[in-house]
This record gives sequence, structure tokens and C-alpha cells, in this order.
Amino acid sequence: MQKVEVLGAWLLAFLWAAPLLYAIWAAFHPMDFISRFVLTAPLTLDNFGNAWKVAPFARYFMNSFFLVCLILAGQFILCTLAAYAFARFEFPGKEIAFLLVLVQIMIMPDVLIVKNYQTISSLGLVDTILGIGLPYMASAFGIFLLRQAFKQVPKELEEAARVEGAGWLAVLWKVYIPLAKPTYLAYGLVSVSYHWNNFLWPVIITNSTETRPVTVGLSIFGAPESGVNFSVISAGTLLAVSPLLIAFLIFQRQFVQSFMRSGIK
Amino acid sequence: MKLQRQIAGQVYAWLLLLPAAVLMIAFTHYPIVGGFISSFFSTAREGRSSKFVGLDNYAAMIADPVFWQVLQNNAIYALGVIPVSVALALFMAVCVNGRLPARGLVRAAYFTPTILPMIAVANIWLFFYTPQIGLLDQICALFNIPSRSWLGDTRTALGCMMVLAVWKDAGFFMIFFLAALQGIPPDLEEAALIEGTGRWYYFRRVTLPLLMPTMLFVLVNATINSFKLVDHIFILTKGGPDNASSLLLYYIYEVAFGFWDTAYASTLTVVLLAILTLAAITQFRYMEKRVHYR
Repeated sequence: MQKVEVLGAWLLAFLWAAPLLYAIWAAFHPMDFISRFVLTAPLTLDNFGNAWKVAPFARYFMNSFFLVCLILAGQFILCTLAAYAFARFEFPGKEIAFLLVLVQIMIMPDVLIVKNYQTISSLGLVDTILGIGLPYMASAFGIFLLRQAFKQVPKELEEAARVEGAGWLAVLWKVYIPLAKPTYLAYGLVSVSYHWNNFLWPVIITNSTETRPVTVGLSIFGAPESGVNFSVISAGTLLAVSPLLIAFLIFQRQFVQSFMRSGIK
Repeated sequence: MKLQRQIAGQVYAWLLLLPAAVLMIAFTHYPIVGGFISSFFSTAREGRSSKFVGLDNYAAMIADPVFWQVLQNNAIYALGVIPVSVALALFMAVCVNGRLPARGLVRAAYFTPTILPMIAVANIWLFFYTPQIGLLDQICALFNIPSRSWLGDTRTALGCMMVLAVWKDAGFFMIFFLAALQGIPPDLEEAALIEGTGRWYYFRRVTLPLLMPTMLFVLVNATINSFKLVDHIFILTKGGPDNASSLLLYYIYEVAFGFWDTAYASTLTVVLLAILTLAAITQFRYMEKRVHYR
């Protein structure tokens, strides 16, 4: 590679890392040093303590954790069953049904906020974690990925299991699911990071501390009306992103490959 | 006996499909169709029930200057963010795919914004744009450029959002190019270089054509993203000043949950869905073509 390209790549990497590095700087130093970068600046953990005191982060974390687990469990179950039907059964209306599933890949529930709010409201699920998760559980994307994975399973394996007397569900459980493990991992990582980060729909559905996920909590906490200074906001922001960020830094390869796999259709 | 088994299989398939179908119809197909129907009715208010109004909502939309403003903003936003983020993504992918010192670190830096929530990112960037004490103004001060309210000025607010969006998206798009680049056999480049082909010429005539399917996929996704992701507006500007930085979906949110005019919000949603459908058709038509050539 030429020197110009290397320099360009590094400069870009610096620019791309800078906001996060800056937030780390601001969070670990007193407010006086937020725009004075001297190496002798005293380190402090006070900002984290303050952030933890100002907003109920523990509760937000619990809500987000519960939310992503609920969605993931729902998606795994519903999408596995549907993908199995599409991959291994012949039935009338299969093509139309699959086309209808594909509609959701382009028009996701994220943009259908008006009607979905009415539906969730008529089900009495406003301000519940189930209400946030329900629209995302039947995921076209999950059905699509798992269907691809199931289709690659050799038919002979299924027939062998059949000969031993296994029923349809047993075949799914013992043959298909174990062989699709990498797809489950990839889809799981993408789904968890998507819903940990999701904001618009949760902010519409929730209106109490008991249900708000981290992103919604963070938006209230970071609002100018809350009156906390930028060092504390940085600390709170780092707290909110830390679970995913740490997971990413440890499992970088899996993350990048999962996002890659999920995009290649 | 055989027929019986066949029918049993069909019933079984539909039973497997049923749970996903119920939820998908309830939260994807019903809102698409129901929203379209609602756009021909008035909003039910206290004492007044919803009634058929024909194309009144659409007439109101065409007469609504805010609608045209957010549509224009969204077009500028998409046309600005997409080419820049895709070009940067391509450059990043080529760099990370080559023999770059500290490659792993560079790749991690590019990709990190993708896994951060937009809300968190906006919180950090808000401080960059803050007048006087913000980093941007501090840098400007070094060059004697006067301080300004970056997010409070109708001329710069949308631009600030676009810079943030480029930063957030480029690393995400990079990985798709990277995957495609890794699929190109390296002997191809070696052979070309031995033949004396210039690197830039090789990139233009060999690499770029091979990346075209990925390019289309990324472009369609980038378009969808620029109409779907509005989280940063909540933190940075709330659409202001004077709707200068508002986007279509954010306006739908305001109309539906600020003014509670659900009929008008449904009408606006129809426009948004039309745009997304257009993007989808582009991709499907292309994919069909590719299947034919195979």
C-alpha cells in the first residue's frame, strides 16, 4: 500500500474512534477538563457515581436485558417453526406466504408506529415490556436466514432420523437446529444489538421507569432539562453502551462476521 | 394412504407457520393496509367520530408546507449521506483488506459506531456542536472562526445531522464490501500487476465491477436507513429550528404522538411506505436479472 493510503486509513480510523475516546476522557476527568487535554488531569470516578445516582440505571439495564431476552426467545421459536415449514414442506399458498413474509424485510414495524400503537393500546399493552417486544417477534429477517440454513441440511440426515422413527418436531430438534447453530449465533448477535439500541418504538410505548429500556432512559437523562453536566452525561452514556461494547471488543470477529452473514442474501 | 400423509403434511406446515403468521399480519400487514384505509378518514376526536373524507387528508398534505419541508430535508439528507458514507465505506474496505499496519485496530475503529446506540452517539456529538464550550467551536477558535450555534441555525442544523449519520453508517457498509473483496481471488490482482496494470486502473476496471451487486445492496440499505432512523433528532434538535432538521418519520411521530392527528399521520406514512417500496422494487428487479444471467 502507498503511504498516502496508509495515512488516510489511519486518519479515518482516528476520526472514527475519536468520539468514543473523547467520551471516555470526559467521563473519567472532572468537568474542568472536558476540553483541556492535559496528561496530568486528575482521574475520577465521581461522574459514574453521579450518573448512577441521577438516573435509575440499574432498573433500565434490567428492563433492556429482559426486553432483548424476550424478543430473542420469541424470534427463535416463531422463526424456527416458520422457517422449517418453508424449507421442508410443500403446501398450497407457499409462494404467496413467502412473498408476504418478504414484505417485512423492506417495511419493518419501525415505520408503522401509528397503527401499531393503536393495536398495542387496544391489547392493553401500552407501557409494558411485552408491548415493546411483540411487533418484532415474527421477524421476516429471521425466517429468511433460518430457511436458508435449513435448506442446506442434506436430506439424507433427515431421512436417517425418520427411519429411526423420529417425528417432524424431533427431526427439527435433533437434526436441523443443531446444524444451524452458526446462523442462530449470527442472527442472535444482530438481533440483540438491534434491540438493545432501538429507541423510537420504545419511547412511544413506555412512560414509566419500570418499563423504559436503557436508550429511552439515556435520552431523558441526557436532555438539557435534566441539568446534569457533560462529564456526567458521558459517564451515563458509557454505562449504557458498556455491555454491548465490551462484548464487541471481546468477540469482535463473531460480531463482524454475524453482521456480514446477515447482509449477504 | 399417501394422499392422507400429504394432507397431514400440509396441515402440519400451516400449523408451524401459524404463530409467526398471526403476529406478522397483526404488526406488519394489518398496519400497512389499515393505515392506507385510515388515510381516507378523518381523525376521531372527542364528540366526533371518524368519517370518510375521501382525498381530504391528501389535499391537506399537499397544502402543508411542513410536509414539503421535511420531504426536501429527507431528500437532501439521503443524497448527502448515502454517496459520502458509501464511498468512505469502500475506501475503508479496500484499506482493511490490504496490507495495512495495525489493521485489526483500524477495522475495530471503523466498525465501533455501528454497535453503539444512536441515542448514546447523539449525546456525545451534542457536546461537539455546543456553542463556545463545544469541541467544534474550540477548534474553530484556533483558526479565528467566530463561534456559532451549529444546531440552532437553520443553515447548519441538517448538515450537523448528516455528518453524524455518515460517521455512524460508513463502518457498517464497510463490512459488506469487505466480504465481497475477500471473495475476489488474490491471484487476479497479482496477475494484473505483473502485466503492468496500474493499481487505480485495476480497481476501476476489475474490482469495482465485481463489487457492483454489493454496491446495489448497500445503496438500497442506505436509502432505507436514511428514511427509517431518526433517533438522533430527538437528542440533537427535535427537528428544529423551524423544522430545518426534521425528517419524514420524525414528522410522522410528531403528528401522531404530539398532535394526536392519527389520520394525517397515516397519510404521511403512506408516502413513506411508497418511498420504501420503490427502494424494494429496485432491489428485487435487479435480483431477478441476476438470476436470469446465472
